[in-house]
Formats: sequence, C-alpha cells, structure tokens
Amino acid sequence: MSNISKWVIVLLLATVPLWVTNQYQLHILIMMGIFTIGAMSLNLLLGYTGQLSLGHVAFFGIGAYTTSLVSLGFDLKLTEDYTFVFAPKPAWFGVICAIVVAGLCGWFVGKLSFRVRGAYFVIVTISFAEVIRLVALNWVDLTEGPMALNNIPSLAFTIPWADSAALSRRIANYYLVLAVAVISSIIIQRLVQSRIGRTMVALRENEALAKSVGVDVTRSLVLAAVVSAAIAGAAGALYAHYVRIVDPDVFLFIYTVTMVIMVIAGGKGTLAGPLVGGVIFGILPELMRGHMLPEVQWIAYGAIMILIVFFLPEGIVPAVQRWWAGFQRSRQSKMNPHSRANKASPREAAQ
Amino acid sequence: MNAHVTATQSDPILTVSNLAVHFGGLVAISDASFSVAKGEVVSLIGPNGAGKTTAFNVISGFLPATHGEVIYNGRRMGGLKPHEIADAGLVRTFQKTSVFGNNTVLDNLMIGLHRRGSGSVWETLLLSPRIRRQEEEFRDEALQLLEFVGLAHRSAELAGSLAYGEQRLLEVAVALAADPTLLLLDEPACGMNPTEAMAFRRLLAEIGKRDITVLLVEHNMRMVMGVSDRVVVLNHGRIIANGPPAEIQQNPQVIQAYLGHGPKHA
Ligand SMILES: Nc1ncnc2c1ncn2[C@@H]1O[C@H](COP(=O)(O)OP(=O)(O)O)[C@@H](O)[C@H]1O
Ligand SMILES: [Mg+2]
Repeated sequence: MSNISKWVIVLLLATVPLWVTNQYQLHILIMMGIFTIGAMSLNLLLGYTGQLSLGHVAFFGIGAYTTSLVSLGFDLKLTEDYTFVFAPKPAWFGVICAIVVAGLCGWFVGKLSFRVRGAYFVIVTISFAEVIRLVALNWVDLTEGPMALNNIPSLAFTIPWADSAALSRRIANYYLVLAVAVISSIIIQRLVQSRIGRTMVALRENEALAKSVGVDVTRSLVLAAVVSAAIAGAAGALYAHYVRIVDPDVFLFIYTVTMVIMVIAGGKGTLAGPLVGGVIFGILPELMRGHMLPEVQWIAYGAIMILIVFFLPEGIVPAVQRWWAGFQRSRQSKMNPHSRANKASPREAAQ
Repeated sequence: MNAHVTATQSDPILTVSNLAVHFGGLVAISDASFSVAKGEVVSLIGPNGAGKTTAFNVISGFLPATHGEVIYNGRRMGGLKPHEIADAGLVRTFQKTSVFGNNTVLDNLMIGLHRRGSGSVWETLLLSPRIRRQEEEFRDEALQLLEFVGLAHRSAELAGSLAYGEQRLLEVAVALAADPTLLLLDEPACGMNPTEAMAFRRLLAEIGKRDITVLLVEHNMRMVMGVSDRVVVLNHGRIIANGPPAEIQQNPQVIQAYLGHGPKHA
C-alpha cells in the first residue's frame, strides 16, 4: 500500500468521532484500538523474528501497572522504620515510565532466551507472564493485589465539541489510541524495512545462514523483544488510563490468545495483518454479543478462527494480496494477450 | 596463478593446526593440519564422511573443536561465535541448499549485505538521509552481485521458487554480499547441471579476481583439478595428501582411498 493511501485511512479514522457519537460504540473502538496496538507489537516478535511470545500480555500488564503506580503514587515499607514514599506524578510521565519499564522487561526476556528458540521461547514467555501475575496478585503492599488499583487519573483532554464530560473523555481516549497506533506502526514499519529489521526476518527464515553472513541473531532478537515489549507497554498504559482500574486480571492468558489470534488471522509478518485481524476480532465479539450466550460466543469465535487458519493458513492479508496480484495479471494478459513477458515474471508484472 | 601463489605462500590467511573433532565416541577428524595462502584456491576433497563439512563447521564457529586451533589472519578463531567469524571476513556456505526461501532473491542479497552497513536503531527509526542513502547503495550493490552470478532477471522471485542450480548460485551470491576475504564453499556445484557447473566455474574465476581466497569442498574431480592451486585430501578424519592437482592425481594413497570407496567419487 502506498504511503498516501495509508494517510488517507488515518485521516478517515480521525473523523470517526465526528459521526460516531454513541458512547458504547466509541468504547468498542477504543478497546479494539488498544488490543490492535498489542497485536502489532506481538507481530514484531511472532511475525518477523518467528518467535511466539505466549506471555505477551505481561508487557501490556506491566505497562498498565507501572503508569498506574507512578500516577497514583505509592509507599513501600522497606524496613521497620523506613518507608519509601513515591509521590504521584503526572499521567503522561507515567506513560513514559510504562514504556521504559516494559522495554526493560522485554530486554530481560530476550536475554533469558539467549539460547532458546521455538518451544523454549514459548515456555520462557509464559512463565514470565505467570510470575508477573503472581507478583501483582500477592505483593499487596504495592499493587493492592486483587483489590485492584482504583481511580487511576485519566489522560483525557477536553474535546470542545462534545456535549458531555463522559463523551469528551471517550473521544480524547480515541484520539490518544489512534495517535499511539500510528506512531507504533511507523516505528514497526521503519524497523522491519531496514537493515536491522531484515536481520529479524533472516533469523526467522534461516538462522544458520543468517549467522554465516554475520548477523548477530541474539542481538536482533533482543532488539525485537525490547521494541515489541515497549509498544505493548504503551498499549497497557493507555488501557489503564482509560478504564482507570487495574487488577491482576490484566495478565489473563486469554488476552495473549486474543492478540495471537489477531496476528495469525490477519497475517503474521505483514504490516497490515495485525490491523485487519485487530479490527475483525475486536468487533466480532461485540456483533455476536447481542445474539448469543457468552459460552456459545466463545465457541463461535474459536470456530471462525479455525476456519480462517484452515482456509487461509497465512492469514487474510497475504491471501488478499495474492488474489489481487492474480487479478492484475489476468487483466494484463487479457489486455495484452501476445505478451509472454508478463507470464515469465509474474512478480515483476505485479509491481 | 601459480606464480602469484608461490609469492604469497609464506603468508597464510588460514591455518588449521592439529584439529580434532569427536562426536562422543565417533572421531570425525582425528588430526588435521593444513593452511591456505592469500589468493589461493584450495580444494578439500575426500570420500563421503571424511570430515570435510565438520572441518568447515569448526572453522566457521558452528562447532567447537575437541583439540587444535584455527588461526585466521593471525587471530585465534576458537571460542568466537559464527557471526563474529563472519565479521572478520571468513564466510562459509552450506552443503545442504540454504537460502532465505520466503524472501525475494533481491532481499536475500540485502540480508547478505548486512555487515557492510551501519546505523543505530534511532537513526533507523528517524529514517535519516544517511540510512536512506545506504538502502539505495545496498540495492545497487545487490543488483550488481546478481548480475555477477547471472541471476539479475530473477531478482523479484522468491528464493524458494528458483530452480535448484539457481539456488546454489544464489547461495554463493549471498556469501559474496557479506564481503568475505576467505570464502568456504561446501559442495557448491552439487546438483548443478553441466551448463550451470560451467557458469559456476566462470564465477569461481571471477571470485579469484576479486582477491577472495577460496577453500572449496567439491566432488566433481574435473572441476577440482581445473580450478585448484592446491588440493588437500582428507580420509577418515586424517589428511593423507596435500599438493598441486597434478601431484594429487598420481598419489597412490589418494587413488587407494577413492577406490576403496568405489569408483563413484573418483
Ligand atoms: N553433528 C554430528 N553428530 C554426530 N556425528 C556427526 C555430526 N556431524 C558429522 N558427523 C559424523 O562425522 C563424520 C564426518 O562427517 P562430515 O564432516 O559431514 O563428512 P563429509 O562432509 O566429508 O562428507 C561422519 O561420520 C558423520 O556421520
Ligand atoms: Mg559434507
């Protein structure tokens, strides 16, 4: 897709609050956006380096907790007579801390999986997420445990044309999510289309060959983990300031699964894949909600997922790209039936 | 070419001394010493299972040596990781066809060019003019290399969709992209048809002109005798002969080693 059409889409998305004024619908769009950012970050690891992080929600949750603690302030009793007091800081500062802390955790996980790939990487990431969840649940002094962190300040700014404070808050959050999504996708695009990003794909495609031409695969995996975790942390921070309550349930495995489904169904290793997957699997549950019991809904959700993976194993975006290339080719050869050059190099013809 | 070699014989780019590699109880290489001089084309030959690929794996850092050491450009390579060894200019190819199959031929070369570039993550994210220029230079360089190996017309195809012989040429191109001073080729012409094998021999000559030293493992004896300045013969993990091709062809031990394994490889 050309850069111009991308910016047209962004502009269209920016006009959404002008014609969607239903608060519930805006809520769905905001949550969809937050999880789509999560899916985009997961795609960097899963799609480009080929490493499945099944604990991805840990980075999301770490981002949510970090910004909540920084913006609410906390005190920690370190010894009998010394208590460390952290005064509340502005919410935007919390978001920056969330990105940094999540990125550091990504670095840590990347380093931990220094030698391990594939199944072991999956296990390392799941274990990491579980450990973090247990910390959030049991370190009650800091996290309030299952009682949750409440009244997290909102990041929202006032929207002049909104008729109520509640609507204004939703619209502001919508724009924040859109802005973070755009920045994240620019970061990911520039990274994967660079010399550095090509080393990530090389690691996925053929690790031995990558090493033999001088690619430091560990470094490239760690970098992907840091960027991926930092973006997931940003998504988590947006979530915290939007719903304004964070409890250990943000670490639920089902959230990771949702992001994995978005990436795989949309098309892993493509820039548009997680966006398409995010939109479909962000809206689908809402469309089904009115018509089905929750249990039936999950089954339907699973069935759709299986159908997509079965019929479009690479995901929706690569399938559409292929179909489009085939369509262009057949149109060209119809217009130009004697030209054999088109058939000889279909990929060149498609460009 | 031989005159040039004698002039530089005293100047080895690669020295393998008393190398031994054991896999548990199996001795793949028992005691091997040889060296390669700058600018030479040296062939490492021997029957299947002689330990040639194992030697390559050790030299390129994919496998630790049990004993002995590898010195490249005066530096000990023991303990270095494969990418560090490649960074020093020692690049190998694989016996089993090995390309980035789901990437285009051009992208394969762009990955191979990786170590020629530079640029921090921040510079990359900001897409600085220098990074843009570097990308363009990479693209030009990649196309030139494809021209060089005769695959320019395939640049937009997926590497995995190329014919077998073309993939083998692509592997050499990817290795060349990494800017080697010493190139280790493991049976590069295996599976090529006669036309492709001829093209490959021309390519080897061109590689020599670029001042790249070559250590070649190859079963096609006509090619070995045609391109090599020197031939090292490995049998059962031991070096049994080391000399110019004409001498090797007459060596009774070499003939014995090959006949002992049937005439197939001779
Ligand atoms: N990773 C390994 N583990 C165990 N044995 C190996 C391994 N690699 C090679 N070998 C054994 O070492 C010997 C030499 O193999 P190799 O170096 O591949 O021979 P060549 O390349 O000369 O045909 C063979 O007997 C082979 O089975
Ligand atoms: Mg071999």
